[in-house]
Amino acid sequence: MISDQIKAQFIKDLIKDNKRADGRDFMAYRPIEIEKNVFENCEGSAICKIGDTKVLAGVKIDLATPFPDRPNEGMLSVGCEFSPIAHPSFQAGPPDERSIELARVVDRGIRAANTIDLTKLVVAPGKVMGVFIDLYILDYNGNLTDAAAMAAMSAVKNAIVPKVEQDGEVYKLNHEERKHHLPLGESVVTCTFEKVNGSILLDANIDEENASSGRLTFGTTTTGKICSAQKSGLASFTLEQFDSLIDMSLEQRHALMKLL
Amino acid sequence: MSSNSPDKPQLIKNGKRLSGRSFTDLRPLKITAGVLKQADGSAMIEWGKNRIIAAVYGPHEVFPKFLTNNKKALVSARYVMAPFSSLEDHGRSGPNRRSIEISKVAKHVFENAILTSRFPKTIIDIHMDVVQSDGGTRIAAITAASVALADAGIPMKDLVAGVAVGKVDGELVVDLDKTEDNYGESDAAVVISPRTGDILLFQMEGLLTPEEVKRTVRLAKDAAVQVREVQVAALKKRYEQVASELGEQIA
Repeated sequence: MISDQIKAQFIKDLIKDNKRADGRDFMAYRPIEIEKNVFENCEGSAICKIGDTKVLAGVKIDLATPFPDRPNEGMLSVGCEFSPIAHPSFQAGPPDERSIELARVVDRGIRAANTIDLTKLVVAPGKVMGVFIDLYILDYNGNLTDAAAMAAMSAVKNAIVPKVEQDGEVYKLNHEERKHHLPLGESVVTCTFEKVNGSILLDANIDEENASSGRLTFGTTTTGKICSAQKSGLASFTLEQFDSLIDMSLEQRHALMKLL
Repeated sequence: MSSNSPDKPQLIKNGKRLSGRSFTDLRPLKITAGVLKQADGSAMIEWGKNRIIAAVYGPHEVFPKFLTNNKKALVSARYVMAPFSSLEDHGRSGPNRRSIEISKVAKHVFENAILTSRFPKTIIDIHMDVVQSDGGTRIAAITAASVALADAGIPMKDLVAGVAVGKVDGELVVDLDKTEDNYGESDAAVVISPRTGDILLFQMEGLLTPEEVKRTVRLAKDAAVQVREVQVAALKKRYEQVASELGEQIA
């Protein structure tokens, strides 16, 4: 749309003067809020709002057959739906490359940090629990990655494991009776930086994303490790920019972790 | 990655890796440019046991037409693994979630490298078919595609080169093979523009300290310079071949 192009040019011009349209510092988030346990039917849920962006995460825990090469581990899966309610550019249908990338970036962070101890989710030989995290974009106004990662993390943290019931050889989950939290290790949050007109912005809103040439995301853990990273978009980053964004992600993570 | 799996072999012994390589040694790497007749540009990469064929078609007319960009060429990238390409099970043909994500980030790399404004109203198709996989297929595919683009005569800012860097048995090592990839503690795919040292692709998972991540990209940068030499050699050989064919025609 032509109005998007005009807005993008406006954002680029402002950045030359070291300004952002909403008056934020280049390395500042919009206000962040997390609503926890928003639903009763799923085992865990959370809505993360960053400014006007809203992402919902739901966690279901089910019995599953383990992967043949991982017989002693529970399953973890992250899915993502770009629902047409969230933006005019989102179309119903099979997941497109944007939603696949988003789900996989969130998945990599949680998996690499061993956030969920999957070895403790074995019910019986050949029977494990599967943790299914589904991300649902409600309102797209920029920086879906950080909102999705925080919503997923928060939902995983408040998820309650259903009671396992055994009838002879048959195992069943009693979703009415929930016992304890998931066996959790370190938490993960992500920080996403967009390169707009040569400058780097934290937590871009949708207009800034439209003006951006690419992004870099770092996943950081409670103890200050880097557990995941993804560069996306055609922009390149120098080694110096890369180093300083790692440090910035680690610095920003304290404030994000407190909200989970 | 399953660095705590009971099947995990000892990956480093006496300062050497299982394959006998040092921490920064690359696997045997060979690139052949111009392996396909129909494609405008092509390359075959043999990197360890990886065998990947890259083909470039275009710049050609955009279809459907409404996608045409009047200011620059569009770039499409397709990375797929053949169903028979892995040592273990028979895979499914066609794209899956993993390959769709890789295709997306690979496209971004080439959108950056190609001088797309030279070819408005066109599209450049880049195909990367993995026919045998041995760890690090995405960076090998992008390395091959870069040569295929040059073979197609498409002007670029740089010949981009990729490498994987990961942590195995507590050490950062360059160019992970399949076993190191499977049992390592971290894995990062990095694509560098060797001319500027800029990072064009970075996908990492695993638990690393900030210092280790910073070292990871520096190791990748040094390795990319070596990979580039192989790319350049492949293109020189290709030009010699083209020149001698032309010479025969004239004679």
